[in-house]
Amino acid sequence: MGRAYSTIAFDPAKCDGCGDCMTACAQAKTGTDDWARSRIQIVGRGNATQGAIKDAIEDATEKAFELALCRQCADPKCVTVCPAGALAKDGASGVIGWDASKCVDCLLCTVGCAYGGIALDEVSGHVSKCDTCDGKPACVPVCSKGALTYVTTANIYNEVGDWEDLFAPGLAGCQGCNTELLMRHTLRRVGPDTVLATPPGCVPGMGSVGFNGTTGTKVPVFHPLLTNTAAMLAGVKRQFKRMGRDVTALAIAGDGGASDVGFQSLSGAAERGEQMLFMVVDNEGYMNTGMQRSSCTPYGAWTSTTPIGAGCAAGQPAQGKTQDAKNLPLLMVNHRCAYVATASTAYMEDLYAKLDRAIEASKTGFAYVHVYSPCTTGWRFPSDQNMEVARKAVETNFVMLWEFTPSEGLRFSRSVDDPLPVTDYLKAMGRFRHLSAEQIEHIQGKVVENSKFIQRFSEQAHGG
Amino acid sequence: MEPAMEQTQYLIVGSSHAALEAISAIRMHDATGTLTVVTRDAHLPYSPTVLPYVVSGKSAPERVFLRDDDFFARNAVSYRPGAGLAALHADANTAELADGTRLGYDKLLLATGTSPAIPPIPGIDTVSYHVLRTLDDALGLRDAIAQSRQAVVLGAGLVGMHAAENLVKAGASVTIVEMSDQLTAGYFDKVAAQMIEQAFTDNGAKILTGSRVVRLEPSPVGARLTLANGQSLEADLLLVATGVKPNLEYLNGSGVAFDHGILVDDTMCTSVANVWAAGDCAQAKHFFSPTPRVNAILPSATEQGRLAGMAMAGDAGIKPYAGGVPLNTYHFFGRHAISVGSSEAPEGSEVLTRFDEKTGRYLKAIFRDGRLAGIFGVNEFFDGGIMAQLIVRRMDLTAVKERLVADPLTVGRELMSRTWR
Repeated sequence: MGRAYSTIAFDPAKCDGCGDCMTACAQAKTGTDDWARSRIQIVGRGNATQGAIKDAIEDATEKAFELALCRQCADPKCVTVCPAGALAKDGASGVIGWDASKCVDCLLCTVGCAYGGIALDEVSGHVSKCDTCDGKPACVPVCSKGALTYVTTANIYNEVGDWEDLFAPGLAGCQGCNTELLMRHTLRRVGPDTVLATPPGCVPGMGSVGFNGTTGTKVPVFHPLLTNTAAMLAGVKRQFKRMGRDVTALAIAGDGGASDVGFQSLSGAAERGEQMLFMVVDNEGYMNTGMQRSSCTPYGAWTSTTPIGAGCAAGQPAQGKTQDAKNLPLLMVNHRCAYVATASTAYMEDLYAKLDRAIEASKTGFAYVHVYSPCTTGWRFPSDQNMEVARKAVETNFVMLWEFTPSEGLRFSRSVDDPLPVTDYLKAMGRFRHLSAEQIEHIQGKVVENSKFIQRFSEQAHGG
Repeated sequence: MEPAMEQTQYLIVGSSHAALEAISAIRMHDATGTLTVVTRDAHLPYSPTVLPYVVSGKSAPERVFLRDDDFFARNAVSYRPGAGLAALHADANTAELADGTRLGYDKLLLATGTSPAIPPIPGIDTVSYHVLRTLDDALGLRDAIAQSRQAVVLGAGLVGMHAAENLVKAGASVTIVEMSDQLTAGYFDKVAAQMIEQAFTDNGAKILTGSRVVRLEPSPVGARLTLANGQSLEADLLLVATGVKPNLEYLNGSGVAFDHGILVDDTMCTSVANVWAAGDCAQAKHFFSPTPRVNAILPSATEQGRLAGMAMAGDAGIKPYAGGVPLNTYHFFGRHAISVGSSEAPEGSEVLTRFDEKTGRYLKAIFRDGRLAGIFGVNEFFDGGIMAQLIVRRMDLTAVKERLVADPLTVGRELMSRTWR
C-alpha cells in the first residue's frame, strides 16, 4: 500500500508577513537570522526587505502573502532533472532529500522546480530546500498567527490502513454520507473483540445488520429497538463479563434513537455506569425514514415535519423548526459518565484520540462519544461537500469539540476563539436557505450562548 | 527450425533520462506489460550531464548512477546493458541488436541520445584524441588530465569549457579553439561570454575564438594542430568537444523520418507506427520556432520521455508537448550562470540588462510583446523553473518588467504565488 505523508500547510488569509518563520528556519538551518537563507520564503506582493515584507497591492481584499516552499511533490521535477542522483524522495517520510556528497552544484534542480522550492543559498554555494526538520518543522511553532500548521493526519491512513476493516465492503449509504467512514474507522479502532448494537436508523439502514441472512459486520451485531438499545447492550455486556470474556460493548446509534425515545435507557445505563462505548451519530433528524425532525434538529432547519411556506400548519406560514436543539452530550456530562466527548469527521485525528480514551473508559464505566454527521440528503448540500460542511460547523462554533471526564472536567480539543460567523455554516446547505434575518440572528445568538455556556464548564475545570 | 524470436510489449532503447522517465510513465499506467530496456552502455543508467564532474573528481564514478539493479527488478524491467541497437525493421516490429539478437516489440521508444560530432579536419584520424559523452570517456579523460602539461580543447561549448577549467585547475597550459566568434554561443550573450572568457584568461587559459583547425598530425608531444591563420599548437591532450549529433545509423531503411534528429509529433510518435523517440535524439516541437528542433538538454529529455511513455502505454492523461525551451546552467571558476529561454532578440523585442562590475552580477531579460522570451544571469540567482513557466504561459509582464529585472528572485516568486501556486 502507498503511504500518505505529513505536510506543512499554509493559510495565506492568516499570514501577516511578520517573517518569524523565516527567522526560525534560518536559525535552525544556518545559525543566522538571514531571511535570504531561510528555506521557507514568505512572499509579499511587493518588495521584501529584512524586517518587513511590504504589501504593494492596493486591493486589500486580495490575499497579501504567499510562500515559496518545497511542496515535497509526489512527482518531483527537481529529482527527475538531477544529473547526479543527489535528490530523491524518501518513501517513508515523503520528504525529498538532498545528498550533499552527490550534488555537483549544477543548479539544474532550480530550473526544474516551478515553485521556487529549491534554491541557491549564496552563502554556502549549494542549493537548499525544506526537509521538514525531520518531522518537527522549526517554522510552524513560531507562527503566532496560525498561518502555518503541520498536518499529520496522514498518520491515520498509514496506521489504520493496515488494520482489519470489520464492515462488509459496499454499504448502502446515500452518496456523500460520512457515516460509512465513521463506521469503518470506529470499528477498526475498537477491534474484533466487540459486540455491536445498531438500533433503527441510518447505520443499520446502510447495512450493519446485513442482508439475506448475513450480517454486514465481521463482529456480532444486533438490532435492538429504538427504546432499549443501552439496556440490551448492558445485559449482553454483563453476560459476557459473567462468562469471563473481555469484549467491548459498542453501540452506534442515531440522534433520534438516543435523544428521543431511546433516552431513558441511555440515561439509565449511564447512571448505572454500565461498561460500554455509546456512540451517537448526530445527523440532526430521522433521516433514513424521510427526514423528520428530532430533538437534535437545530432551530430554523427545514425537515419534512418542520416545513416552510404558507399553509403548512393550520394555515400559518412556517419557517422550519421553531425550537432549539437539545444538547445531548452536555446532558451526558451531567450523568458524570466516565468519558464524554464530541467529535467531527472533519477532524479525524481528534476523533481517533477521543476513541482511544473512550475505549479505555468503557472498560470501567460508561463512555459516550457524540459525532456530528452532516446529512447530504436531508440537509440539502452537494454530495462532495460533506467534510466542508462538517468543518464549517466547527469553525463557526455551531459545533464545538471537547471532552469531559469527572476528574479532569471539560476541555476543548479545538479552540473556540475567533469563530467564523455562523452564516458561513448556514449558507453551505439548503435546509437553512429560507431563514429570515431574525432567525439567523437567533441562531448566531444561540451559538454564542452555547459557546459561553460550555466555556463556563471548561473554565471551572481549569480553575479559571 | 530457428528458435522463436523473443517478444516484449514495450522496448526502450537507451538508458538515460528520457528512457528512465518513460519506464516510470509506462509503469504508472501498465504495471505488468513486458518491458525491456536495451542500451549500448555497459553501466547502470547515468546522466551525460554529470560527466564533467566525474572528470573534475567532484563526482565519484561509482556514485553517479541514477538507478540501481533493484529499480529494474521492482519495475519488472528486463535491463540489458551493453546491447546497442544495430538496425530497426519497423515493418516487422523488430529490433536487431549489435550482437545479432532480434527482439520483437509492440511499442518501441528510441532514446538513444547522441554521440560526439567529430569535425572533418584533415588528419584527425592520425592522432589520438578524447571525447566526453560516456562514463568510460570521462574516466579516460580524468586520468589523462592528471598527466597533461599542454592541452588543447576544440570547441567552446559547455562541455569543452568544463573540461578546460578542469585542465587549468590541474595545472596544464590550456588553449581553447573555437570556430565561432563567441564562446558558449546559444546559451549566453556577448557580455556573459566575455565574463566567462575573462575568468578563463585570468586563470591562465588561452582562448582562440574565430579560429579553425585546418590540419592535425602526430607529433612527439602527441598532436600538432595547424590553424587557418598558420599558427600551430602542440597538445599532449586533445579534447574534441565540437558538439554532438544524434545516433541514427540504425534508422537506415526503417522508414522512420529524420532531419537533424528523429522527427516526432506532439506525443513523441515518429513517422512510423508503434515507434516513438525522445530526448537528445528527437527533433520535436520547439517553443520558439515554427519548425521542430533538437533541444538536446536534460529537462527536455525528461519531459519527452514521460510523454512518450504515456503515449506508449495509452495513458489518457497525456497532454501534448508544449515545445522545447532552452534551459541551462553553468559554473565557471566559482561563479554560476543560468540561461532560460531564447537568447535571440528579433526586431521589436525589448532587451533589459543590468551589470554591476563590482560584484560581477549580470542580468539580461528579453521581452517580446511584453512577454518574457529569455532571461540570463551570471552570479545572479533566480528560480529558473519559475522563469520557464512565465515564458511557457506567455504571461503579459508589461507592468512588472522593470521590477522583474531589478529583483528576479522576489518578483518571480510573487508572480508564481499569484498565478499557479
